[in-house]
Amino acid sequence: MFDMIIPLLYLFSAILFILGIRRLSKVRTANSGNSLAAAGMAVAIVVTMAIVSGGAAWPYIIGGMIVGSIIGMVSANRVEMTQMPEMVALFNGFGGGASALVSLALFFAAFDGHKSGDFLMTDFADIGTVSSGISAILGLVVGAITFSGSMIAFLKLNGTIKGNAFQFPGRNAFNALLTVGPIVAGIILCVTPMPFATAMTIMLAIAAATLIVGVTATLPIGGADMPVVISLLNSLSGVAAAMAGFAVKNPVLIIAGSLVGASGLILTMIMCKSMNRTLGGVLFKSFGSTSSSNDGYTNITESSPEELAMLLEDAERVVFVPGYGLAVAQAQHATRELADLLQANGTEVRYAIHPVAGRMPGHMNVLLAEADVPYEQLIEMDEINSEFKTTDISIVLGANDVINPAAINDESSPIYGMPILNVHESRSVVVVKRSLSPGFAGIPNALFDGDNTIMVFGDAKKVLTETIAEFKENL
Amino acid sequence: MDVQQAMQSLNIFAPLMIGLYVFVLAIFLGFELITKVPPTLHTPLMSGANAISGITIVGALYCAKTDYPLLANILGAVAIAFAMINVVGGFAVTRRMLQMFGRKK
Repeated sequence: MFDMIIPLLYLFSAILFILGIRRLSKVRTANSGNSLAAAGMAVAIVVTMAIVSGGAAWPYIIGGMIVGSIIGMVSANRVEMTQMPEMVALFNGFGGGASALVSLALFFAAFDGHKSGDFLMTDFADIGTVSSGISAILGLVVGAITFSGSMIAFLKLNGTIKGNAFQFPGRNAFNALLTVGPIVAGIILCVTPMPFATAMTIMLAIAAATLIVGVTATLPIGGADMPVVISLLNSLSGVAAAMAGFAVKNPVLIIAGSLVGASGLILTMIMCKSMNRTLGGVLFKSFGSTSSSNDGYTNITESSPEELAMLLEDAERVVFVPGYGLAVAQAQHATRELADLLQANGTEVRYAIHPVAGRMPGHMNVLLAEADVPYEQLIEMDEINSEFKTTDISIVLGANDVINPAAINDESSPIYGMPILNVHESRSVVVVKRSLSPGFAGIPNALFDGDNTIMVFGDAKKVLTETIAEFKENL
Repeated sequence: MDVQQAMQSLNIFAPLMIGLYVFVLAIFLGFELITKVPPTLHTPLMSGANAISGITIVGALYCAKTDYPLLANILGAVAIAFAMINVVGGFAVTRRMLQMFGRKK
């Protein structure tokens, strides 16, 4: 009886995950989707604890669960909305790391059962078959790459590691070698009897090599490519879990892991499409990292918050264009405050959201939602692009490459063909930016030189706060 | 190869084969489930899916067994802690974000 109930409960848990993910992809049902998925997880955990309860090493289980839950809960509640990208990257890394550790633990369990003579990993009960052994190897490889890659993404997103300077010749060949090599070595380990010490060394070498690949593959990727990288790492953490599922022969791991793998891959594709780049291009070609000329501008008009406030008084239609600079300056609340004032003054206010603005998919939506900006005012790129012509003032807040008209009219530009927000079509453009330094593409922005563009240099929050004060005074 | 042999080579009920079938079908299901996601939900969907990938906790729980060596148990405990950070943190942070989207209505 008990034997029947366990697999059925796992099936129930898988169904909850499927319904949860489906509901998460619609605005109205997203909250319940998250709860359903969490319930599925609770079922899976309780069922598994029931399975292992006979021979469980409880201190390790309880200890691990308490420590993990506290760390997870505290960091989830403390994190600022502006730090969400690095938080997601960090959580993702821990998921991948857990899958890698599961595989390693299975191996060490097998090693221990071995006393003398030649060792064959797949002779041991808990690995048992060649397919299980190879799955564990793949779980280790993918999990370790996810772990170290996510940690690098985390450090890049929170600014500890700056830029995309880390380049070395033959990087792609090096990474390919350190990914394929460990997999081949792992397969050999599963089918060839060998001395105990040799097997152990190979295992640890596999772990080390794949940890290195995660670092060398993620380090050179530029900041604005981060939405692609985070989505891909998210997908990989699912694949790693599915591989661990093959190793321990558990269907719910396989189902949940592959669902996450697929959803991450879809997001990755959406992000690539929004940048007119291929996944291969993001991963294997470094982008605009060499040239970073700040000059070449001939027609810069500099202005002040005072002038911006004056301009805004007479504007009928204003569009805010947020970018990563808004997140850095934490200017979402100031933006909302200025928008409120403008609306009270009879101005129509909307926000133009580029799909890859910021450092993760949907970054701007989360930020603006935190400042209680009404969802209906956030307009997607395709929809708002036809409306810039009738816009009086577009206020660019820390966006750069996603508004560079070179993507439309300069065939020699590295970003040519990338879909952009047609900000340059509005009657006037106000660019709030700290300096003229280029975005991730490392190229000058023709928009800044435009006749209808004025630049207000400074931190977005500071500029907006001054504009608000000025605006209030003039009313 | 006679019919009997052919049938046997098609034995999809071998555990590995079932696993493979489930794996491939679940990937297709995943694609079908979320082909159209509004950009507003990109971050919550990613972070919710991320929490689900913490399902590897199931594998981690298998590794903390009394008949396993100390090293496997320690690795298991660390894996459990990692997975729990992913699960608890992931669902909690997703919830926080989604509540933010809902509250102005």
